[in-house]
Amino acid sequence: MKARELLSTSAVEIAAAVRAGTVTASAITDAALARIAALDGRLGAFTDVIAERARLEAATIDAARAGGAELPPLAGVPFAVKNLFDIEGLPTRAGSKINRDRPPAQGDAELVRRLSAAGAVLLGGLNMGEYAYDFTGENAHDGPSLCPHDPSRMAGGSSGGSGTAVASGMVPLALGSDTNGSIRVPSSFCGLFGLKPTYGRLTRAGTFPFVGSIDHLGPFARSPEDLALAFDLMQGPDPHDPHLAARPSLETSAALGRGLDGLRFGVLGDHFARNGHPEAFAAVAHVAAALGHPPMVVLPEAARARAAAFLITASEGASLHLERLRTRPADFDPDTRDRFFAGATIPAAWVDRAHRFRAWFAECAARLFESVDVVIAPATPCVAPKSGTKVLTLDGVDMPLRPNIGVFTQPISFIGLPVCAVPVWLPGAALPIGVQIIAAPWREDLVLRVAAALAAMGTVAAPVATGEKTW
Amino acid sequence: MSEAPFDAAAHVAHMERVLALPIAPQWRAGVEAHVVAIAGAAALVMSFPLADEVEHAFAFEAGVFGVDTSEGGR
Repeated sequence: MKARELLSTSAVEIAAAVRAGTVTASAITDAALARIAALDGRLGAFTDVIAERARLEAATIDAARAGGAELPPLAGVPFAVKNLFDIEGLPTRAGSKINRDRPPAQGDAELVRRLSAAGAVLLGGLNMGEYAYDFTGENAHDGPSLCPHDPSRMAGGSSGGSGTAVASGMVPLALGSDTNGSIRVPSSFCGLFGLKPTYGRLTRAGTFPFVGSIDHLGPFARSPEDLALAFDLMQGPDPHDPHLAARPSLETSAALGRGLDGLRFGVLGDHFARNGHPEAFAAVAHVAAALGHPPMVVLPEAARARAAAFLITASEGASLHLERLRTRPADFDPDTRDRFFAGATIPAAWVDRAHRFRAWFAECAARLFESVDVVIAPATPCVAPKSGTKVLTLDGVDMPLRPNIGVFTQPISFIGLPVCAVPVWLPGAALPIGVQIIAAPWREDLVLRVAAALAAMGTVAAPVATGEKTW
Repeated sequence: MSEAPFDAAAHVAHMERVLALPIAPQWRAGVEAHVVAIAGAAALVMSFPLADEVEHAFAFEAGVFGVDTSEGGR
C-alpha cells in the first residue's frame, strides 16, 4: 500500500507498516504534509505546521530501523495537537491573539513528549476556539475549523482543528482538551471516536488551562484501537501535575476484543431524552439496538449539574483571564470576551454551592453505576450546524448556539466520568452524529471495549471524508 | 423575605467598578445577556436543598505542587 493510501487507515496499521519496513516514516510524513497543504486552506485545521521538525523525526525513525533497532508502537504515525499544548519553539496560543506574545515554549507538553517517545511524529498545532471557551470550532483570529464531511458546516469545538484534521485524513491521531464537551462535540460533528478520560487520569503538564477544576485532555482517532493505544501510552505519573490522581495505569488495548458479554447497559433518560433534535435520539436508539435494547436509567438532577458546571466554568475561566480582560479586552475574540466579562461578576456563593453540588451529583452517579456498567446518551443535540450559526432551537425554544451545544456533555464531564464518543451514520444521513459511551470513574477500559464492539458490528464508523473533489 | 428580582444591568455596573473591568459600551448588552444566563443557572443550583455537611469535591493534599516559583508568581 502506498503512503498516501496508508495515511487513510489507522495509527495501528501505519505503525505496523513502518515497523515491517513496507513504508518509511518519511514517506508517511510527506504524504501527511502533502494532504495538509492540499486541504487545509479550505478546512482550517492547522495553525502551525512544523514540517522541518517532522521530517527530521521521521528520518530518525527510518535510520533507527535501517540500523536494526526495534521500533516503538507508534513508529512513524503522524499526529497533531490542539494549540493549547506546548510545542517547543512556538508560543502556546490557546486559540488567542494575546498569547502569541508569550515566549516560545521551552519544550513539548508531557503528553506530546510521551507520544513522540512512542515513535509518533508531531506535525503541528491545531485550530481551536479561543481559550477553549467554545463548542463551535470558530475563531475570530484564525478562522473557523470546518467539518470535512460538509465544509459549509462547523467542526464543533473547542478542539475543532483536532476534529477537522482527523476526519479529513490529514492525521490519524490528534489530541484535544475537554472541559464541558470539547472533545466529544467535534467528535460528534466530524464523525470520529473521541476519548475523554476520567478527570485526573492524564497529565496536563505543559498545556494552557481553561478551568482547572474540570479540564481533561484526550485523543481523537478513526478507530477505538487507536484511541486505546494512544491512551495506554499517555498514562503514568507526573510530578509536574498536581491534579493527577494517584491511580495505577490501566491497560485498555488488551481488553478491546472482549465484546459486550457480561456488561450491564442503560440508556440515560430524563435530561438526556429531551433538548435535542430527532437525529440525536435516533443515534442513541441505533446504538441501543446494538446493545440489546437496554432499559432507561436516570442520573438525577442532570440539568442542575449542567448549570453548576456552567457557573464554575464561567467564574474560574474569567478569574484566569482577569488581568488580560483588564489590559487587552479588544484583543479577545468577541464571542468569548463578553462571556469572560460576565463570568468575572459571579458572586462567590454561587460558585461555592456549585462545587458542593458536584460532590452530591458524583454520589448519584456512583449509585447509578452499582446497577449498570455502561450508559449511553447523545453527544450533541444536533448534527454540525452551518458555519456562523448563532441560534439553536431546542424543544421549540430559541437559544444561543455557542453555550448550548454542550447540553448533553456538560453534566458528564462535570463529575469526570470517562466517555468515548462514537460516530453514528443514520440510514441515508449525509452527516454523522455522536453518542456518548459512559462508564464509572477509572473504567476507560469499558468505554473503549464497547466502542470497539460497536465498530466491529458496523454500528459505528469513522470514515475519512472523501468529498474534497466536490468542494 | 423573598429575594428582589435580579437586575443584571445593576450587577454588571457594580462589579465592573469593583474589579475595574473595562466594558466598552458596545459590549455591555452582550455581557448583560450572559449575566442573565448565569443568574438563571445560579437559581437552579442555589434552589437545591443541599445538606450543610456536603463538602466540596476538591481534594487538596498538603505538600509539593511542582510549581516553578523562581520568577515570583509567574
